[in-house]
Amino acid sequence: MTSPVSPLRARADADRASLKSRYPTAFRAPLQTRLLPPAVVVLAAGLAFYALWRFGFSPEKFIDGLGKLGLVVSLMIPPSPGNQLWNYIGALGETLSIAFLGTLGAAMLALPVSMLAAKNVVANRIIHFASRRFLDTIRGVDTLIWALIWINVVGLGPFAGILAILTSDFGTFGKLFSEAIEASDRKPVDGVLSAGGSDLQGFRFGVLPQVLPVLLSQVLYYFESNTRSATIIGIVGAGGIGLYLANEIAQAEWPQVAFLILMILVTVATIDWLSGKVRFAVIGAQGRAT
Amino acid sequence: MRAVPTLPPAQIAPLAQAYAEAVAAKRRWMIGGIGLLIVLSLLSGWAGQVDLVKFWNGLPRFVSYFHDILPRLRLETFFADLGEWFWNFDGWLALLWDTLLIAYVGTLSGAVAGFCLCFLASANLTRSGLLRFTARRTLEFCRTVPEIVFALMFVYAFGFGPMPGVLAIAIHTAGALGKQFSEVVENVNMQPVEGLTATGATYVETVRFGVVPQVVSNFVSYMLLRFEINVRGATVLGFVGAGGIGKELISSIRQFYYADVSAILVIVIGTVFLIDWLTEILRHKLLSLDGR
Repeated sequence: MTSPVSPLRARADADRASLKSRYPTAFRAPLQTRLLPPAVVVLAAGLAFYALWRFGFSPEKFIDGLGKLGLVVSLMIPPSPGNQLWNYIGALGETLSIAFLGTLGAAMLALPVSMLAAKNVVANRIIHFASRRFLDTIRGVDTLIWALIWINVVGLGPFAGILAILTSDFGTFGKLFSEAIEASDRKPVDGVLSAGGSDLQGFRFGVLPQVLPVLLSQVLYYFESNTRSATIIGIVGAGGIGLYLANEIAQAEWPQVAFLILMILVTVATIDWLSGKVRFAVIGAQGRAT
Repeated sequence: MRAVPTLPPAQIAPLAQAYAEAVAAKRRWMIGGIGLLIVLSLLSGWAGQVDLVKFWNGLPRFVSYFHDILPRLRLETFFADLGEWFWNFDGWLALLWDTLLIAYVGTLSGAVAGFCLCFLASANLTRSGLLRFTARRTLEFCRTVPEIVFALMFVYAFGFGPMPGVLAIAIHTAGALGKQFSEVVENVNMQPVEGLTATGATYVETVRFGVVPQVVSNFVSYMLLRFEINVRGATVLGFVGAGGIGKELISSIRQFYYADVSAILVIVIGTVFLIDWLTEILRHKLLSLDGR
C-alpha cells in the first residue's frame, strides 16, 4: 500500500517534526509522569521489605509455620462441639445480646448528642467543635480497650461487653447521625417555622422524617458489624462466644475451634440476611406512609 | 369574598375514613415495632446480665479511672512531669512503628491477594459460575472471620511476634478489599474489554489494558481507607501476642500502670488522627488526579 490512509494523516505526517515541537506531551508523556508508577511501586515494595527485615522474617520459619498451620487445619476436620454444645449456644445468645443492646443504647444516646454536633441545629461553633472532638476521641479508642475499662467498673461478663460496644458506637453514631442531620434539606423546617411552629416542632416535623430512614439503615448496618465485634470481645473477658474461642485455641481443641468459627459464620450470615429484610420492610413502610 | 371550596360531606366522609385508617395502620406498625424492641431488649438484658445496680455502684469507679490515668502535671515542673509521663517514649514509638508496619504490610499483601481474586469474583469478567462462586465465598470467609481470631491461630502456628499480625490483617484485608474491588470492576465500561477481546487478547491482557486503567485510582483510594482501618486494628492485635504496641497497652491496663495507659492511648489516638488526616489528603489528591 502506497497511498496514505487519509489526506489528514498525510498532512500530519509531513508536518510531524513541527507538531512534535509544538505539542511534546501528545507524543510522549513528561518524564515525571512516566516515572511516577515505577517509583511508587519501588518505594512501596522497599518499605515492605524493610518491614519484613525489621520483623526478622525468614522463609524457613515462614514455611515451618505454614506446615504447622496446615496441621492445625487438618485437625479441625470434622468440626465438633465436644460436650459443650449448650454452653456454646448460651454464649452465642450472650453475644447477640451484647450486639443488640450495645447498638440500641448507643443509638438512643447518640441522637441528642448528634444534634449538638450538627451545624444546622446548634449554630454555636464552640459547642459544635467540642462535641465533634469529643466524639472523635471516643471513636479513637478501640472497642476492646473500652471493654477492658468497663471490666474494671462492672466486673467480668457480658454486661461489660454491652457497655463497651455502647461506648465505642456512641462515638460512631454521634458522627454519622450529625452528618445525616447536616445533609438534610432546610426547606421543610422553614415551612414548619413559617406556619408558626417552634424550633422543636421544626426538628420533629422538618428534619426527623428526612433523616430517620438514613439513621435506621446505619443502625442496622452497625448491628451487623457489632455482631462480629461481640464475637471477639470475650477474648478480654467481656462475655460472649469469644471467651470459649480463645480458651479452645489456647488448649488446642481444634475441632471445637472449627465448630465455633462455623457458628460465628452462620450467625453473622443470618443477621446479615435478617437486617436486610428489616431495612427493606421499615424503609418500604416509611415510603408507603408518607 | 368566596369561601374556600370544600367537598360535599358525602365525598369527605370516605376520604377522612381512609386517612384515619392509614394513620391507624401506621400507628399499629409503630406500636408493634416498639413492643418488639422492648421485648427483645428485656430478653437480651436478661441474657447479657445487665445489672443497673452494679452499674450505678461502679460508675464512680469509671469516672475515677479517668482521673487515675491522668498524669500528674504541675505547672512549675511541667517539662519534668511531661518527661516522666512519657518516660518510655522511644520504646513506645518503636512499638508504634512496628504497629504501623504491620498494618502497612498487611494492607499491601492483602490488597495484592484481593486484586488477584476480584476479577474472578466479578460477574462481567468471569463467565464460569463455579469459579465466581468459589472466589466470592473465599472472600466472604476471609472477611467474616474476625482478624483477631486469625491472629490467635497464627500466634499458635508462627509463634509470638509481628508475623501473625501481618498475616491476620492480610487475610482480612484480602476479603474486604476483594469485595470492594470486584464491585468497582463490575461497574467498568465494557467497551475497552470488548475491543481487546475482538483483537484476540488473552484474559490477562484484557484485564491489564481494558480494566486496570479504569479502576486503579479507585483501588488505591479503597486501599488507603483500609490502611486507616488496619492501623486501628493492628493496635489491638498485640492483645493476643501478635506484635506492636497492643501488648504494652494491655499489660499496663492489667497491671494498673495508670499513667502509662494514658500515655500510650494519647500516642495511639494521635497517630490514628494523623494517619486519617494524611490518607484523606492523599485520597483527595488522587481523586483530583483522576478528574484531570
